[in-house]
Amino acid sequence: MSAKKLNLKDKYRLLTRDLDWEYSYVDRKKAFPYEEFEGIKITDWSKWEDPFRLTMDAYWKYQAEKEKKLYAIFDAFAQNNGHLNVTDARYVNAIKIFLTGVSPLEYQAYQGYAHVGRQFGGAGARVACQMQSIDELRHVQTQIHAMSHYNKYFDGFQDWTHMHDRVWYLSVPKSFFDDARSAGPFEFLIAISFSFEYVLTNLLFVPFMSGAAHNGDMATCTFGFSAQSDEARHMTLGLEIIKFLLEQHEDNVPIVQKWIDKWFWRGTRLLSIVAMMMDYMLPNKVMSWKEAWEVYFEEAGGALFKDLARYGIRMPKFVEVTEKEKEHVSHQAWWIFYNYGHAAGFHTWIPSDEELDWLSEKYPDTFDKYYRPRWELAKKMEAEGKRFYSQALPQLCTTCQIPMGFTEMDDPTQIAYRSSDYEGEKYHFCSDGCKHIFDEEPEKYVQSWLPVHQIYQGNCGGASVEEVLRDYYKLNLGADNLDIKGSPDEQRWKEWKGVA
Amino acid sequence: MSKVYIALQDNDESRYIIEAIEEDNPDATVIHQPAMIRIENENYLVVKRETVEEKMGRDWDVQELHLNLITLGGNVDEDDDQLSLSWNV
Repeated sequence: MSAKKLNLKDKYRLLTRDLDWEYSYVDRKKAFPYEEFEGIKITDWSKWEDPFRLTMDAYWKYQAEKEKKLYAIFDAFAQNNGHLNVTDARYVNAIKIFLTGVSPLEYQAYQGYAHVGRQFGGAGARVACQMQSIDELRHVQTQIHAMSHYNKYFDGFQDWTHMHDRVWYLSVPKSFFDDARSAGPFEFLIAISFSFEYVLTNLLFVPFMSGAAHNGDMATCTFGFSAQSDEARHMTLGLEIIKFLLEQHEDNVPIVQKWIDKWFWRGTRLLSIVAMMMDYMLPNKVMSWKEAWEVYFEEAGGALFKDLARYGIRMPKFVEVTEKEKEHVSHQAWWIFYNYGHAAGFHTWIPSDEELDWLSEKYPDTFDKYYRPRWELAKKMEAEGKRFYSQALPQLCTTCQIPMGFTEMDDPTQIAYRSSDYEGEKYHFCSDGCKHIFDEEPEKYVQSWLPVHQIYQGNCGGASVEEVLRDYYKLNLGADNLDIKGSPDEQRWKEWKGVA
Repeated sequence: MSKVYIALQDNDESRYIIEAIEEDNPDATVIHQPAMIRIENENYLVVKRETVEEKMGRDWDVQELHLNLITLGGNVDEDDDQLSLSWNV
């Protein structure tokens, strides 16, 4: 008689329980040296459960199928000159930010999960981290393949790993992941699996990828949604992880809350770039950043935190600030880049009249009052041949590393400045949230590699900004940077479209 | 009340899955967005294998859902017959 086919629950139990073993001749604490120093108490690893109960055989089967679908679309996209079908050459600049800013984070996530997966004493957690690590490697590979097509036709895609390591605004995403990976294994899970994957990545991969489809970019939409099919698993795991930690021991609650507070704020700052991509860089709009924030954070996150209240977990600190920031942050971020377009690896522009009207409609309480006049002024100056680029290097926030351009939320004409003194030095911050994070761990953040400080200290070559951009960042000046207007990208686009 | 939600890629397979979800969750709201379909419901949503199989006219493994899944919100519970999403209230 043949054995009965195992059901999902049995298969998962066999993989995550029976594959583990008792340690007879090795000290468990030496085998898992990072498991205790963060103060997290685990009493029973066998309570770890993946609600999808994914086993390796099913994992490989479905991942292979996803890949086949995805690469068929990449082939079709390339064979049909898909780059010609995007709405506008401006759109491609959002993809440049994606490749230089986001794809390297997928690689960091791959390394991060491979590392922490080794550090957990429970087999369920190790299996989950292994699968996620492989997923993240798949994401970076598929993203490189998808965007390599654009590299054949547009500037700014050629040296993305080098740029990620050096360019000033890319230190924002890079330092975010460096911060998470240099933390302990449990903080890494709260930072990436919970705060980032569960609470925030929907904002990047769902409305933005829907926006990619809406702008004719089938390759990006497809890798985005294919990655997101893994993310849905990662999100679910993030939620299970937090419930697992909170159920293991009551002493874990304040530690987890502190990490949620920290990583929620770190994440919202990181997403200010996505806010600007959605509001300013998609020629065909899907929804405003404010609307996306309301659906994917306020509504979805609100339901989540209500669910976690029974463990004594509250909403993240400074969440009330984000309610105000959703009205401002995309406008302030794009204005920073418009001012520093000469130092960016992508093109900038003034929104068209129709786009300004759309922004007025989507931001009735703030756009006409605070931001439209700036763009009208920029338009006037440009028409008079006085396009203005800021030459002074900006002060950066020591925590999030974004130029200090965000304002007080109750007074959007006043730039927000905060500072802390530590061992005789003064450190500067863009917000109460970033100052709070520094004050909790000053010994970590005094080591921040701040691009502007490094330039002034002479660590980035060159006596002039132009030399830093050209020799240290390896930007092709006059091609990768400056406005889209008059760029080689725009010229080629017009030739392809027969409007030159 | 809190909403649970699931979003699927807009394609031929998803259309049957959506039909099944609509049948099993009559109060759910279906929202069409570029390239994707989002379904939300108060507190609870279920995807049942049997209903999906009936709509597709073939065998369907609940784990096949991963192929077309974009995102979801809520506590997940999956076994051989169904996937459900819920919030504890």
